[in-house]
Amino acid sequence: MLKLGVPSKGRLMEQTFDWFGARGLTLARTGSDREYAGAVEGCEGVELVLLSAGEIPRELAAGRIHLGVTGSDLVRDRLADWPDQVAELAALGFGHADLILAVPACWVDVETLDDLDATAAAFRRAHGFRLRIATKYHRLVREFLQDQGVADYQLVDSQGATEGTVKNLTAEAIADITSSGETLRANHLKILTGGLIHESQAMLFAARGADWTNGASEVLDRLLPTLGLTRPQGL
Amino acid sequence: MSVPGKAEARATGQRLLAAFRDAGAAEVEADILQPAEVLLDLYGEDIRARAFVTQDPLRGEMMLRPDFTVPVVQMHMANGADPARYCYFGEVFRKQDHRGPRAPEYFQVGYEVFARDDAPAADAEVFALFAGLLAPLSLRAAVGDIGILMAAVGGLNTLSSRKAALLRHLWRPKRFHALLDRFGGKAPVPAARAALLARIAAGTADSDAPLIGLRSPVEITARLAALAEDAAAPPIAADEVALLNALFDLAAPAPEALARLQDLAPEMPAIAPAVAGLARRLDAMAARGVDVAALIFEASHGRSTMEYYDGFVFSFRAADPALPPVASGGRYDALTRVLGRNGGRSIPAVGGVIRPGLVASLEAQQC
Repeated sequence: MLKLGVPSKGRLMEQTFDWFGARGLTLARTGSDREYAGAVEGCEGVELVLLSAGEIPRELAAGRIHLGVTGSDLVRDRLADWPDQVAELAALGFGHADLILAVPACWVDVETLDDLDATAAAFRRAHGFRLRIATKYHRLVREFLQDQGVADYQLVDSQGATEGTVKNLTAEAIADITSSGETLRANHLKILTGGLIHESQAMLFAARGADWTNGASEVLDRLLPTLGLTRPQGL
Repeated sequence: MSVPGKAEARATGQRLLAAFRDAGAAEVEADILQPAEVLLDLYGEDIRARAFVTQDPLRGEMMLRPDFTVPVVQMHMANGADPARYCYFGEVFRKQDHRGPRAPEYFQVGYEVFARDDAPAADAEVFALFAGLLAPLSLRAAVGDIGILMAAVGGLNTLSSRKAALLRHLWRPKRFHALLDRFGGKAPVPAARAALLARIAAGTADSDAPLIGLRSPVEITARLAALAEDAAAPPIAADEVALLNALFDLAAPAPEALARLQDLAPEMPAIAPAVAGLARRLDAMAARGVDVAALIFEASHGRSTMEYYDGFVFSFRAADPALPPVASGGRYDALTRVLGRNGGRSIPAVGGVIRPGLVASLEAQQC
């Protein structure tokens, strides 16, 4: 049996179902509207597991599912050394969103990462603590800023309504996902030039550490041609 | 490589600790759980990526001891009298984000000297002690001096704001050299900055966006003025940039490096005192029996470590480049100033750590 983990609700689930459906694999939820159970037609031996998109990286890493659909941002942020743990099978072409850095629009002196870095130094001198950047993408943001040589900042955790943190005085800047930028503008924030941390989209991942014996590997061999994909290296 | 267990690492650590005690150091302890705030303020987000952070219900965010230096300095600043010598032995914890030979938990055994007079002698004391203990392992020893680099940057003929920006990024070489290219006029002004400067010059930099957040209009105006000042200032002269790059690239046996630095000093007068300090340090090392001719001096040594060394730096490495240094250390006068700021005290300090686990495995390889 091969376990395929897909998002359990909303637009991401519908688009995932559509993507597989267009390739001859029918995924469907079964039972009542509220029951998280699913069925697969078009390939013997595939079991559908409905999960929160945020938990799919963890389930892939633990090998409890063989394949999973989730955002590339979540995999990169949640999993250390992610290419060692999962293989990218396909970019699905939906769920596009950019992880960006944004600062108050009234900061007319800040346009680039250089400016953010210099402002962080001045802010720390003036206020006695490091400039706070609110985000839920700690690993991605930290690695990006470290690589870019930005110093004197600190990350503060924000699991939602991140665009509101600056006005609420709990952060000076934010790093968050945006697609149209409308929420940013409504909250008087602007995107930094050179502050694009990751262009995310929904992807189909395979778990390198899952148990591929007991038939799962054979199911994958039958499934991949159906989806028009090939087996990635080392899986 | 054969991997001796924890017992061998502990025994080796105890043996090295005894040697440090014999050298006159008082043994001190440090809590494994350290308040995260001090470490975060000192190292920034880098330490959060590298240390295990945990939550204490009453004391808030805590870290599993990532090193001993900070707690030992705090202890000395709180109740130590100088001169003082301390030694310690125990586990440190470092989160590893990548698979590889680096362990998340390992022993460190260390030796720190707090002394107000004769810094070259204290530097030489620490280095000679480490060199003697590690001699049987035939390691590659390298030394450097962050103080020479800081003096060279401080001596540049340019705006103090540019020098401050360069000094702040001395430990982030990529950023440092990007800034140097910018200030030297070698790298073009990015389009977004050029547009901003044009708006400042035209007096149209203001925006009608509502003021949100803690950063005040005064801070924004001050930075606009600083940007205008920077744009109006001439670039750092090409020969000064070339000299600085030559200094940063210097790597040679210590006596030869010293001679080259002494040749550079007339053109970079700011480094003269630090170069004289290096000469005294090498003399003091030779007097303690160190073969300075076999030492490699790397001007940029220690630039990619965490930023608290500000003078002499050293490391001892095994042949395998994948292994972390067997021992490392240096002078951290500024750290005592930062950690002692509430009492307004500071004291020159130098020290280093050895990884007994690595020493034990290298010893096991030899026999």
